[in-house]
Amino acid sequence: MNMLLTGDHAVAYGVKLVKVEVIAAYPITPQTPIYEKLSDLTISGELNARMIRVESEQSAMAACMGASLAGARVFTATASQGLAMMHELLHFAAGDRLPIVMVNVNRSIAAPWSFWSDQTDSLSQRDTGWVQIYSENNQEALDNLIQAYRVAEEVLLPVMVVIEAFLISHTTEPVEMPDPQQVDRYLPPYSGQYRLDVNDPRTIGSTTTQEQYREFRYKMQRDMETVKGVVEKADREFKEIFNRGYGLVEEYQCHDAQMVLVTSGTIAGTARDVVDELRGKGKSVGLVKIRLFRPFPGERIRQALSGASKIAVLDRNVSLGHGGIFCQEVKAALANVVGHAPVFGFLAGVGGCDVSPALLEEVVEYMEKHTQPKEDYIWVR
Amino acid sequence: MKFQLPETDLIYSGHPACPGCGAALALRFALKALGTKVMLVMPACCAVVITGPYPTTCMKVPVFHTAFATAAAVASGLKHGLEAKGDYETTVVGWAGDGGTYDIGFQALSGAVDRNEDFIYVCYDNEGYMNTGIQKSSATPWKAWTGTTPYGKDMPKKDMMEILAAHRIPYAANASVGFPDDLIRKIKKAMSIRGSKFIHILAPCPPGWKSSDHLTVKLARLAVDTKIFPLYEVEAGWNYTINRVPKGLPVEEYLKLQGRYSHLSEQEMRDIQQQVDWEWELLLKKAGMNSG
Repeated sequence: MNMLLTGDHAVAYGVKLVKVEVIAAYPITPQTPIYEKLSDLTISGELNARMIRVESEQSAMAACMGASLAGARVFTATASQGLAMMHELLHFAAGDRLPIVMVNVNRSIAAPWSFWSDQTDSLSQRDTGWVQIYSENNQEALDNLIQAYRVAEEVLLPVMVVIEAFLISHTTEPVEMPDPQQVDRYLPPYSGQYRLDVNDPRTIGSTTTQEQYREFRYKMQRDMETVKGVVEKADREFKEIFNRGYGLVEEYQCHDAQMVLVTSGTIAGTARDVVDELRGKGKSVGLVKIRLFRPFPGERIRQALSGASKIAVLDRNVSLGHGGIFCQEVKAALANVVGHAPVFGFLAGVGGCDVSPALLEEVVEYMEKHTQPKEDYIWVR
Repeated sequence: MKFQLPETDLIYSGHPACPGCGAALALRFALKALGTKVMLVMPACCAVVITGPYPTTCMKVPVFHTAFATAAAVASGLKHGLEAKGDYETTVVGWAGDGGTYDIGFQALSGAVDRNEDFIYVCYDNEGYMNTGIQKSSATPWKAWTGTTPYGKDMPKKDMMEILAAHRIPYAANASVGFPDDLIRKIKKAMSIRGSKFIHILAPCPPGWKSSDHLTVKLARLAVDTKIFPLYEVEAGWNYTINRVPKGLPVEEYLKLQGRYSHLSEQEMRDIQQQVDWEWELLLKKAGMNSG
């Protein structure tokens, strides 16, 4: 069934499809339509879930942790300041190995106040032990959410599905709504095998020695590495049932491309059109879309970029003092590849500024004119 | 009248609490009332140390150690999660010190009781950040020495019971480890009520109060009998009951046993007495009683 939905409402219907049992949330623009729609769905009885209307994002994540400890399937959504406020709890949720799924709507982080799409909020949570999946459009927002529960519950790590302020959250698009019974087949009920149990009393989260702490981190890192395979499997099986799949990274017209644009989220949609346009003009351009950011699919990215003679990474975010974050990660992934192509870092769309086809064509022209980037990162404005 | 404590202990001996620890006594007494169908959520506090380092535990009930500010929020989620899975019987308890209740955990607690979440929130109050080595909290009394108030705290103890009562929660009660019968009765009463319950337990801390470790129970009783920490309960935010008529001993009897007050002048001692008497009169009025 096709529905015309905003990205936020697509997420809310996804929460219904996966039969979340407990939701805890606190309102923040542009996440609020998710929260309000879920309130409608729970009060009408369409979704049999408990809604905890907490007094802060910190408590939203804490309440999700509590409900997950009881063995329930849980959900929350936030954005920007709210995600920053959750920061401590993100570490806790991952360290306690709780399969919480959260949608973060990328929004510029204050100060100054701003409301538009910027990935710096989620990317500054990259070291918390959360899996991060970035969405290009409303359909992916929904599909990524469903897949996220498969991943989280298999590896017992929390997953953040990232969508973008307004470009996805409030933009209406046709969305193919999966059949509920097929979703049930795809995603079995959460077993909650490590939940708190009065018949098997355990103390969770006690103090540890240096060596014990290191072993917990070692196991988290080891399991994080397995996530790439789990995400691929979850995506492959999703495709078998629903005829849609996305991979860890998407390569578009890359096989023979000399110049490759690397990006994520909504910019990828525009870039795909620009690649078609420029190919029509005889330019050898391709696109790599990074969907999985944590764990970082370095091997896949090295493969995708192995034939490129020039690489441009487009970042709708900025790590102040070191440029675009996807660019840093791509450069790090290529660091040990002898003689790899030069990497041009473009800060494009920071603060939600429009990344138009014309702007992307300028990026390509810049690459054509320069054999090497003159600076570590180039502001596009 | 002699009171017989329930014999079953749900906390093993040999735990790493300091000698004379009031917090450990509070935990032991409360668990006698709570029984085995209970889950505890503990934020950063002495109780995390008392339960023991990984992979050991002295607790015979499930415990989750959470972030400092989040006991009430995790307890909220845990209760909803249990009910979502069909368990309506297990009692969920937030178990926090005064720092995790009065200060950093206050917002989450206020939010949770405003939603009337069905849990018991216990604040064992040792009147400071004792786990981090004795720093001032908003539960630290006026003039008490701590590592961050070297000349004594300049503000009075925050009145947490009144704040919780003002939320109009079904049940809020003061208790003391010096009166285990009263404490156990209050925990059991809280278990019989649906909605948010707040139990505030005075738990003397020998290292923090600079008191001798054999005086913990005596101090916990003197706090009540000097009217500094009266035993009372508030139902629905307005129905006050005083559970023990204090002996009305001078506050000096209580204060002189604690090194944290050793610098008090005679005038300051009189000021504290005056303040305590005034607070007591106020409490009597709320309970509809006369000082007689």
